[in-house]
Amino acid sequence: MSFKSKGIKRSRREFLMTAAATPLAAVAGNAAAQGTPDPVITELQEWASYLGVGVDETPYGLPIKFETDVVRRSVPWLTASPISSINFTPIHALDGTITPQGCAFERHHSGAIELTKDDYRLMINGLVDRPLVFTYADLERLPRENHVYFCECAANTGMEWAGSQLNGAQFTHGMIHNMEYTGVPLRTLLAEAGLDAAGDLSDKWVYVEGADASSNGRSIPMEKALDDVLVAFKANGEALRMEHGYPVRLVVPGWEGNMWVKWIRRMEVTDMAVGSREETSKYTDVYENGVARKWTWVMDAKSVVTSPSPQMPITHGTGPLVVSGLAWSGHGKITRVDVSTDGGMTWQTTRLGKQGDTKALTRFYLDMDWDGSPMLLQSRAMDETGYVQPTKDQLREMRGENSVYHNNCIQTWFVNEEGIAENVEVS
Amino acid sequence: MSKSLNILVPALGGTALILAVTYGLMSRDYGERAIEGLEMQVAASQESASDAFAKARESDAEIELLLAEREELQAIAASGGGLTEPAPASESAFNLGREALPEEIWAWDVDVLPDGRGLPAGSGDVWTGEEVFVDRCASCHGDFAEGSGDGPVLAGGIGTLANKDPVKTIGSYWPHLSTSWDYINRSMPFGEAGSLTADETYAIVAYLLYSSGLVDDDFVLSQANFTDVELPNAGGFVADDRPEREYIEWRVEPCMTNCKDSVEITMRASVVDVTPDEGIDEATDGGATMDHSTGDDEAAVAGTDDTDVVQAAADPALIEAGQGAFRQCSSCHEVGANARDRTGPNLNGILGRAIGSVDGFRYSNVFQDAAEAGDVWTADAIAAFLIDPRGAMPGTKMAFRGVRNEEDIAAIIAYIESMGAE
Repeated sequence: MSFKSKGIKRSRREFLMTAAATPLAAVAGNAAAQGTPDPVITELQEWASYLGVGVDETPYGLPIKFETDVVRRSVPWLTASPISSINFTPIHALDGTITPQGCAFERHHSGAIELTKDDYRLMINGLVDRPLVFTYADLERLPRENHVYFCECAANTGMEWAGSQLNGAQFTHGMIHNMEYTGVPLRTLLAEAGLDAAGDLSDKWVYVEGADASSNGRSIPMEKALDDVLVAFKANGEALRMEHGYPVRLVVPGWEGNMWVKWIRRMEVTDMAVGSREETSKYTDVYENGVARKWTWVMDAKSVVTSPSPQMPITHGTGPLVVSGLAWSGHGKITRVDVSTDGGMTWQTTRLGKQGDTKALTRFYLDMDWDGSPMLLQSRAMDETGYVQPTKDQLREMRGENSVYHNNCIQTWFVNEEGIAENVEVS
Repeated sequence: MSKSLNILVPALGGTALILAVTYGLMSRDYGERAIEGLEMQVAASQESASDAFAKARESDAEIELLLAEREELQAIAASGGGLTEPAPASESAFNLGREALPEEIWAWDVDVLPDGRGLPAGSGDVWTGEEVFVDRCASCHGDFAEGSGDGPVLAGGIGTLANKDPVKTIGSYWPHLSTSWDYINRSMPFGEAGSLTADETYAIVAYLLYSSGLVDDDFVLSQANFTDVELPNAGGFVADDRPEREYIEWRVEPCMTNCKDSVEITMRASVVDVTPDEGIDEATDGGATMDHSTGDDEAAVAGTDDTDVVQAAADPALIEAGQGAFRQCSSCHEVGANARDRTGPNLNGILGRAIGSVDGFRYSNVFQDAAEAGDVWTADAIAAFLIDPRGAMPGTKMAFRGVRNEEDIAAIIAYIESMGAE
């Protein structure tokens, strides 16, 4: 086996070996500061002399070529085909809280469809006063709002129930994204159709389904439907991407991503949960005794250190280190995140990048001085209800290991002396 | 509107008050009038709330809660209203949307409820179901619903839910029979959703019940007897009980120091080694990959006389790229040793093969016509078909939107050739 000189694709082992050598490179870099003039500074560089690229080179811009590894990735063995599958947001390489649409994870049940605004219809029927059909243009004429919310697949971290398995925050925690949505409150649309016909609303549901072949129907209790659910058509200021439900998707803040129906085409007010495939055979949780929980909609508080992490080794050696991560809760705001560097024996409270928003990602930082000793890095989120993110053992004790969904356990990264991180479990 | 208020307030408690205010705001303008309206509606809501609660004999505590929320709302009103103040709307406030016609509702409202509402007239027996199943479903789910390849198993597993790795099937896990009818009717077969008749769907569901040992082989499922069937795990579900079981345990002040005596690593992901390599590799900037020197090349070129493709197929990097790109084909097509026909025919030796020539595969008319005309899969023909399946072969059953990246086509052909040399 030999390598081409340019653009080689290295195996993981080779990558790790290179990463291990990187602290030496950092030392070499320091040498410049210790006396040898840095040629990037002392010599005229071509970018400082020649002309750059003109406007309109890329009418819709993409990340610069140096960032092409910051992309969604999938785990091919996880699903039978990419048509009904999922991939992962590169959360390890992002900072702040907003997920760019282009790298926000995708999950389709029958593939992503191309549906034009002209062909878009939204029907509201069932126990309403006036069954209605809205066009896309109609939706844009209704008063709209902006909110930032996280969308997390209920199966996020689901591969880790039985033990640490995937080596990267992208793979263990990347079924999540966080965007600013623009949309019409669902209650506005329901009010247009009129709910008098539904009578007592406390036991009513809104069944929602998409226009794709899977239709991915879900039943949402009326109380939630009238609370904060949005019928959204923009994310981060621009039209939704095809893979996120263009032209219109549902946003169900704090609740599992499967309910955020894409290409939403119909809502029906019903007097019972439909019991669709997605809310019975899937997205239910079997516990040790064989009994299953249904209607586990809320995503409980959770966090993960995104850097350092297996895809983000420490490459600068000892000294100042920013430990960074994400926290979120479907119950409201994140109020506090603690980090442990010793596997949970002691904890320190981190600094939040900014005040937590309700049902949105919150960034946390621990600014530390790394002495080069190995670390067992963990983070632990707390939300405004006082809920504290549990350990994996606490979850297993409560639920057994047969669950697929709702694994919000504390994650551990082992960081060795060379700064290389690995997904581990600890006692 | 007042009727809505009276219904809403006792039904939903605090949420209802907010709603009531929302409804009250619906016909009002934004700005000062909205704040003024909010205050008025808070007062009105309080009245309505009090009436309703008196009638419903609700506890004082709940009324206090409502009043506290009213104060909150007044505070919001005093501060000029939040940015996320509910949008104004009311019955016919916007006059947007049009009436949904009965034919339209009939076309889209196909859901079936657990109590059988929504089922159309019709029926189907087990043996008809087996025929339809073998024809339309077995390529993914196996002739006996036991699963095929990566396709989900649909039968068996009864009594395994408390085991490690339970087998969750319609028979063992699903609580409602309506779910299977609803899902098969609307979303199956995979890639041909909505193509089954009501009778076919009844028959398939009857066959699935039979496959799970829940009915005898003379069983006929119909709209009339549908709700008589109770699935074994109907009582196996409880509504989310995390609040009672977990939240009370985990809403506590967490430990900060001396939380454990010692910590040991008990498991490492690197030992399992199932992480995709690309996830941890650095980016490649030109797509160049490791320069293998293996014997794959010979296999890749066998059985073709198309020089372009022969050259392409000899490139192991191209074959590797094709293997990745073929994933978009693999839910319907197999290739390689023991490849079977699934939703689509096996692809062994496709390059140079006569179109529509796999024995026993049920081709669409356009493929049968091409077969009669003696057409052959050339590289160009394959490329045209893959780029725009329905454009190149109008009426094809292949439910695939087309390969998005044309560069993938040569790679896919190279991969198929490397796998499926006859």
